[in-house]
Amino acid sequence: MTKPIISAENVGKRYRLRHQAKQPYATLRDTLTAQARRLLAGSSAADDSHADSQEEFWALKDVNFEIQRGDVVGIIGRNGAGKSTLLKVLSRIVEPTTGRITLRGRVASLLEVGTGFHPELTGRENVFLNGAILGMSKREIRSKFDEIVAFAEIEKFLDTPVKRYSSGMYVRLAFAVAAHLEPEVLIVDEVLAVGDAEFQKKCLGKMRDVAGGGRTVLFVSHNIGAVASLCSSAFLLRGGTLVESGPVSSVLAAYTAHTGSTSDEGFNAAGRRGRPSDCRIVDARLLVEGEHGSRMDWASAFTIVMDIVAERDIAVSTEYLIRDTNGVPVLFSPTGLQQNITLKLTAGRHRITAAFPAIGLASGSYSVDLILAQSGVRMFDCCESALTFEVTDSTSRPHGWCFTQASGQGCVPFAAQVTATALPAEGVSGAAKDNP
Amino acid sequence: MDELIIEAGRAESHYWRDLWRYRDLFYFLAWRDILVRYKQTVFGVLWAVLRPFLTMVIFVAIFSRLAGLPSDGVPYAILVLGGMLPWQFFASSLSESSSSLVSNANLITKIYFPRIILPASSLIVAMVDFAITLVLMALVMAWYQYVPPWRIVLLPVFVTLALVAALGPGLIATALNVKYRDFRFVIPFVVQFGLYVSPVGFKSSLIEERLGVVARLVYSLNPMVGVIDGFRWCIGAEPTLHVGALAISALTSAVLLWWGVRFFRSTEKGFADVI
Repeated sequence: MTKPIISAENVGKRYRLRHQAKQPYATLRDTLTAQARRLLAGSSAADDSHADSQEEFWALKDVNFEIQRGDVVGIIGRNGAGKSTLLKVLSRIVEPTTGRITLRGRVASLLEVGTGFHPELTGRENVFLNGAILGMSKREIRSKFDEIVAFAEIEKFLDTPVKRYSSGMYVRLAFAVAAHLEPEVLIVDEVLAVGDAEFQKKCLGKMRDVAGGGRTVLFVSHNIGAVASLCSSAFLLRGGTLVESGPVSSVLAAYTAHTGSTSDEGFNAAGRRGRPSDCRIVDARLLVEGEHGSRMDWASAFTIVMDIVAERDIAVSTEYLIRDTNGVPVLFSPTGLQQNITLKLTAGRHRITAAFPAIGLASGSYSVDLILAQSGVRMFDCCESALTFEVTDSTSRPHGWCFTQASGQGCVPFAAQVTATALPAEGVSGAAKDNP
Repeated sequence: MDELIIEAGRAESHYWRDLWRYRDLFYFLAWRDILVRYKQTVFGVLWAVLRPFLTMVIFVAIFSRLAGLPSDGVPYAILVLGGMLPWQFFASSLSESSSSLVSNANLITKIYFPRIILPASSLIVAMVDFAITLVLMALVMAWYQYVPPWRIVLLPVFVTLALVAALGPGLIATALNVKYRDFRFVIPFVVQFGLYVSPVGFKSSLIEERLGVVARLVYSLNPMVGVIDGFRWCIGAEPTLHVGALAISALTSAVLLWWGVRFFRSTEKGFADVI
């Protein structure tokens, strides 16, 4: 057997979290004053202050794996599981703290589309710049230039600065450059989560070509559907460790089974916007058909339960915003604005439940933003992506058709009344032209 | 077969080979900086000429009129230009390269490439400005009907020396800038201060006349002393070249470059983590 193209042994990455720092960056001033203080006070005191201002955090720990040439591997796991850190380590952007990785081929990584695009430069100039940034040589870019431009469908705007592009054009151009990379190993992070549904399909198709062409691909995505259709095997990361690896179907099964069990599922306040005032969300969870869970099928009714603390007697209304994997809002439910529901609360802790009927979400993962507001006036607290859940089955019974986010089907309501009316003649001829 | 091992603290033997492989990136980054620099301004390329020209006029006015330095028959303006041009080059190289990493943070966190490409390619912008000012200097010479001596062909040697002198401190500064964000306030100060401790407004032979030869050699620890002296010598604004002083300056530059590369490489691994 040939040697694996990538092998990782005991790879770990440690970050130090700075707790008390007011600024995200160290400053020379602080470092110098700390040094001076250390000299004056003796080293022991200074070491103490050093210790409580830092906490260690292992983004990756003891990760071992081997990837064979030609494998297409999906890397899945929830937010913060270490997926991106793993990709960054593999693409040499950050150095591992422990362990060793052996790469036996040229690696190109695509952690973001349009890295290094400059708004002042034209489309043509950015193709060259971005190509070079992604590791292509000048000759390579020149030989693929026409192909790239055709793929992006921006021929007419080649000499327009990209700052005047629509966001769709921008993303198309950026992806087109990236799609024409030809490394032996391609590392891709969530780049399919861009553009409109049509273009996403095209990207997915291109990715399939790349994967089918015998190239080794590592693909991180929240999009379970895309992973299932592109990859032959998968890794599941949880809390920085590799918990499952093998054929894509079994790893995906393990992933969904685990997200179904509620152990680490729950309220995540990392996306809190600003500081809460007067009242705040302290906990939240999702009930699916009355049970704790974060996994449902599209015909499930669910309930969002929120525990909040009011600092004074207050009138509050709640708002719920459900987004798909791309962060695109699919459903917004401002109970105050829409139904005029205002909750009059006394100071203290309260539990607020909101029952949602089955809304027919296409399969894929979703996140929920939770908002406490004085209806139409101001927000008390807003936690983005406070909850996440997965819609696992969205199969239409009579036809066996599965609606997925990946194919651009967001929310598929059950109850649209459809009628057909005959139109005058010219409408018919128009339709006939479209469908010869 | 190409085999690459990633490990903590591993000194990569293929670092320099990688650097060669990414030469196109170096070229494109420099090209981008130059394009962007002159694209949005109303004057376009004219601005590239106007800026150094105005600076030159001010410098010439100040140093020739107010400082009143002896010039040994060479027009004041040319004497001043001989100091000012390399200094400007050094100053803009230093400030461009020191901010290069932070202003390209988006690249550093998303893509691997030898990071040294960023400060190095930012020097190219400074070189373009320098080339334009050289043309200006030629025009000034024509205006004064001044014919420079043959040794002007040695000018590239001193331009290279200026590059080396700027790159070393530039590498140290840009690495420190990533780690300590307030370090960027130090750079303009260094540039300001350096202007006065370098022989821009006066000749370094003045130091020898007033304080003796030892003082001059000590003074030459400033890497820009050798560059400016050599530059003046090339254009004929300085009759002799003090080889000892030049050697000291060149040595300082080389040591700074060596130190800068070492420091940069030792901190490079952590850039994506802290930037």
